[in-house]
Amino acid sequence: MKKYILVVLFCSAVLASAETSPEVEQLKADLRNLQESFQKAEREHQRQIEELTRRLESLAAAGRSVVPTNPAVEEDAMGKVPMAAEGPPAKKWSPSDPITLVRSGNAYMNVGFNALLDAGWSTAPEPAAQLQLGDHDPSKRGFSIPNTEIALDGAVDPYFKGFANILFKLDAENQTQVELEEAFLQTTSLPGNLQLKAGQFLAAFGRQNTQHPHQWAFADTPLILARTLGPEGLRNPGAQVSWLAPTSIYTEASLGIFDGAGGTAFGFRNPGEPGEGLHGRATTGRNPRGPGDLLYVPRLATSIDLTEHQTLLAGVSAAFGPNDTGASRRTEIFGADLYWKWRPSRARGGFPFVAWQTEALLQNFQAGADAAAGLPAENLRDWGVYSQVIWGFRPRWVAGLRGEYADGNVGADDEFDVFRGERHRISPAVTFYPSEFSKIRLQYNYDRGEQFGTQHSVWLQVEFLLGAHGSHQF
Amino acid sequence: MIMKTSWMKLSIGVVLMAAAHVADATLNVVATLPDLGALAQAVGGPRVQVACLAQPTEDPHFVEPKPSLVVKLSRAGVLLEGGAELEKGWLEPLLDRARNPRIAVGAPGRVACNAQITLLEIPTALDRSQGDLHASGNPHYLVDPLNAKLVAAQIAAAFSRLDVDGTAEYQARLKSFQERLDAAYAGCRKLLEPFKGRHLAAYHNSWLYFANRFDLKIDIFLEPKPGLPPTPAHLATVATRIKAEQVPAILLDPYLDRRSAEMVAERTGAKVVEVAQYPGSLKGTEGDYIKLMDANVRAIARAFASGREGGK
Repeated sequence: MKKYILVVLFCSAVLASAETSPEVEQLKADLRNLQESFQKAEREHQRQIEELTRRLESLAAAGRSVVPTNPAVEEDAMGKVPMAAEGPPAKKWSPSDPITLVRSGNAYMNVGFNALLDAGWSTAPEPAAQLQLGDHDPSKRGFSIPNTEIALDGAVDPYFKGFANILFKLDAENQTQVELEEAFLQTTSLPGNLQLKAGQFLAAFGRQNTQHPHQWAFADTPLILARTLGPEGLRNPGAQVSWLAPTSIYTEASLGIFDGAGGTAFGFRNPGEPGEGLHGRATTGRNPRGPGDLLYVPRLATSIDLTEHQTLLAGVSAAFGPNDTGASRRTEIFGADLYWKWRPSRARGGFPFVAWQTEALLQNFQAGADAAAGLPAENLRDWGVYSQVIWGFRPRWVAGLRGEYADGNVGADDEFDVFRGERHRISPAVTFYPSEFSKIRLQYNYDRGEQFGTQHSVWLQVEFLLGAHGSHQF
Repeated sequence: MIMKTSWMKLSIGVVLMAAAHVADATLNVVATLPDLGALAQAVGGPRVQVACLAQPTEDPHFVEPKPSLVVKLSRAGVLLEGGAELEKGWLEPLLDRARNPRIAVGAPGRVACNAQITLLEIPTALDRSQGDLHASGNPHYLVDPLNAKLVAAQIAAAFSRLDVDGTAEYQARLKSFQERLDAAYAGCRKLLEPFKGRHLAAYHNSWLYFANRFDLKIDIFLEPKPGLPPTPAHLATVATRIKAEQVPAILLDPYLDRRSAEMVAERTGAKVVEVAQYPGSLKGTEGDYIKLMDANVRAIARAFASGREGGK
């Protein structure tokens, strides 16, 4: 009873004194000081124990019998456990051990190297000419190396992160080609959920366009992506601002503004291959007359967790800009993408899972007239869709099936233009991942198109990754 | 004794005093893994709101980087991470997209919980032919209750820095948590005391710090190398060792492959024992580090005890 009264008295005293804030402040300051000195002592204590353990071990290394057989930490007199975290280390340090300087956490930059090696055969004698439109696809009978890349990234300073992907590949004659795939910096500390990106980078259009070839679920670029966003994907020097909406549902909006010239802006100010032009037409090589002649790529994406184990990500994108087939000719591309993934919460190493990915695109290309080639001015409209399901059916094994369809309105030059005409493709694939850092993929393509009839191809793809740990992205 | 009661009075007073301030905005805490989340909740009480990125039964090396996690991170005032590369494969891109300077590296809201921990098994050479090694050492350090004490103290300090008004409450809760942990630990030690020095098998090397603390030897692994799945040849060697050392149990985390563990168990007479690093992955341990430690220790002690009877 007496105790109870004491406590009540004490509490009311404390509560009363809460009014007089200087005293409270003093108490708080004292508590902080106490806490700080306590932690300091704690750290010191631990450091000393580590030091001692290290000495014990070097002694042990010198003369085995010196050390007691069980250096277990005993409880102290108060029945409490000491604040030391050190147990007997499993691996003993000896003075002859190499001193390692390179630790991924301590480097200024992550360095990675990734290589894709392809081998295969096709009923088409020159697959790259008709079937395989992508620049990093397996492209010929026998062996090819369409994509090896050096990936660098790291914090530039407290304000930026920097990324670079430098790509080496062998062309059809096995000559080495170098591409600056990406080189950009990205802000890390802008207010208002904003982020700026500047440099050369893959435009945020749809889902697969922002992925590097080794992240793809199949060996080659989906047809409609190669036809509209181009064989190399839509990537160009430019800048992008993006904003994460402050909502409980993930929603991100972005707008990219790009130079819009060259083969990496395929449907835009692209002169095409020398002597060939674009869609049969000679190109003008025009310069931008104003900001309206740059390439604009807006995108809106949103995602919800359907259940604890299922996530849906959906987006719409567009690209607008002038093209090179005549004065004031323009191109617009629209796209919608959907990604759904299921994974149970007891997944081991990420397996099993099922992921479904679909993208649909529509392009309107205002082609200029080319009198010399006998081609009229016309609107070339192309559309297409691909849909793929991949199933991680047991750890390290993934089976996939992709179906694709692409078509367009009838154009004057369709017969010779591999980027036009009705076509579909069905591709089953199976991929084995010996570890996170390598994979072996076998893929079959059943191809049917107006220009080449039916063709069959089989591709074997091997990947390896060295250096910095690749990140898993959703 | 007098000291003790006055401390009690002080802490009660402090709690009441802090209760008057509860109206203040709560700290929005995101923990990468549920064990850190449980410690944060124990220390923060009602002053913090804790969200975890990984689910308790999820493989911590391979957490699904869902966009909804980006939203959680974008709103966080504090990020608690293990700091020992366990989250290396998935945290960084999420952070890039979260655009949250409050939890950027070096910001007061970013807490690497390994800061006071001595990591073990730091590889002398980084060589992936040896499996998936972690450059900074074995990252499963929170299975040692004394490490949990250190981390809880670090979390309390971080909370106090960010929410100065709550300092007293955080310290009071920390003290009470550490006392409860001490008491539970003493009980656990007693339970495992008779089995000092005995060997145990495990699927993955995630129980090193636990073994060291309780003087056990958890050094037989079903994985031939970290991160690689068991091969028949390796399992045969493991079975031989299990018989030779009279190992009563194979420890299995909930996200690992039960089948190969069962296979070895059948061949050797050892038991598969479900243990977990993350509160909530065993029934009844939701959000409670101490209950989980207790459940793990009891399961292991039971396996030893029944193994001994079986031996007779």
